[in-house]
Amino acid sequence: MFRAVRHWILFALVGACAPAMARAADVPALPQHLRDTGLYAEGVLAFSPQYPLWSDGAVKHRWIYLPPGASIDATQPDAWDFPRGTKLWKEFRHGRALETRFIERTADGEWRFASYVWTADGADAVLAPAAGIREMPAPEAPGARYAIPAQDDCRACHEGAPVPVLGFSALQLSPDRDPLAPHAESSAAEANLRSLVDRGVLRNLSPELLANPPRIKAATPEGRAALGYLHGNCGHCHNDEGPLAVLGMTLAQRVGSQEPAADAVLRSVVDVQSQFRGAGGGARVAPGHPASSVVALRMRSREPTQQMPPLGSTVVDAEAMALIARWIESLPNP
Amino acid sequence: MSSLKMLLRIALVVAASFARSAEPPASAGEPLARGTYLVTVAGCNDCHTPMKMTPEGPKPDMDRMLSGHPETLVMTAAPTLPPGPWLMTAAVTNTAFAGPWGVSFTANLTPDRETGLGKWTVRNFSETIRTGRHLGRGREILPPMPIPMYKNFTDADLAAIFTYLQSIPAVKNRVPDPRPPAAALASAGS
Repeated sequence: MFRAVRHWILFALVGACAPAMARAADVPALPQHLRDTGLYAEGVLAFSPQYPLWSDGAVKHRWIYLPPGASIDATQPDAWDFPRGTKLWKEFRHGRALETRFIERTADGEWRFASYVWTADGADAVLAPAAGIREMPAPEAPGARYAIPAQDDCRACHEGAPVPVLGFSALQLSPDRDPLAPHAESSAAEANLRSLVDRGVLRNLSPELLANPPRIKAATPEGRAALGYLHGNCGHCHNDEGPLAVLGMTLAQRVGSQEPAADAVLRSVVDVQSQFRGAGGGARVAPGHPASSVVALRMRSREPTQQMPPLGSTVVDAEAMALIARWIESLPNP
Repeated sequence: MSSLKMLLRIALVVAASFARSAEPPASAGEPLARGTYLVTVAGCNDCHTPMKMTPEGPKPDMDRMLSGHPETLVMTAAPTLPPGPWLMTAAVTNTAFAGPWGVSFTANLTPDRETGLGKWTVRNFSETIRTGRHLGRGREILPPMPIPMYKNFTDADLAAIFTYLQSIPAVKNRVPDPRPPAAALASAGS
């Protein structure tokens, strides 16, 4: 009797602790070294989004890994469902490799974010502190300084979108790539919609998106590239589904929408008064007037209370600003 | 005491401690009452409700409760402080503050849909306090907002505070955007 009761009590206590123990057992701590994250494993695929994020001119390389036999479910064309065990890496180089960022969907279905900092001799990359590194010497980076984001900074951008994977989507991997997209890298040997479907790692993609790969429908080629740039650099926060939907401003292109996504973007910015009143701004986008368009003003600023994006960049993207200015100048003035 | 009784007692104490840790700490009462209490004692009115001068000295103007820096009070350029240990100057309303970060203005926390938090969700509010960034992902919230302390509120307490803020009278008051430091303005103009 005594033994049975004792066992029951111990069983109950173990049950009370089970959730924490299960999480600890299923989700090991982040590896201390990049080489132990699986980056060099068999089956890792390189890819390049057609509208890359500006990162102060850093040269970037990206990879994705899916567990054997697993696949991405593209039933929702703008919110792909990645399997547990998905891993993505992005390497940042100014002269030499400085940092490799890492995203993982863990066994419990959650996403986690980390960064690995390369040693100067390129022999190793070590897990960065969760708080990031505000400034580290980097002779070939702008200002000879480089910042490693905090894990909260990762979440600020990646958790503003329906899915925290930002550069691996139907539009970003469309074979119909935009020749005017700023800073785009070649993708000839890399993953795209067609190759992913052929490999069997992307399923339930609408046949329409394979037959007619996603392409931003804009009035001009420059308009297409400008809207693509805004999608790749701003749309992960400024969209109509995430927490910033309250602003009523979307810069994200949705490939699954009945209405051309470019129309929704234009409707939310062109001649719409900005809440931001500083720096002489008026409308979010004032056709013909890039100098008074708040979207352009804030992209051109690196003053911390005004700059857009608000983190991840200390240098204005001059090539993109020229493109955005030409696009705004070309918009018809009603 | 038998060893069985002793074991049962230990088990009950351990189980009780698990039960307590599963609850938000010290969050007795309904969210609205809890939020009212927290906003009162956490000093939100000190800066987000404009002060007015009375015979007894400055007091919060509760007709403009938690509506932030009054848009009608246009602040001139902040005075330049002499060398020494002074850091910050404040508006007469205690709603605008000048320091090395520039000039910060306290936000309109009332549920006005155009100028306050009327369109915000509890997620917007919680992420703002938790991250110290506007809406959880924009510009940093500036001093003297005590983000380093407030980010330690529990999720339940942040939700309770938001519940209370959404229940108070809406005040239409468009608070100015923060001003950059004078040095940044000078270099931008050069």
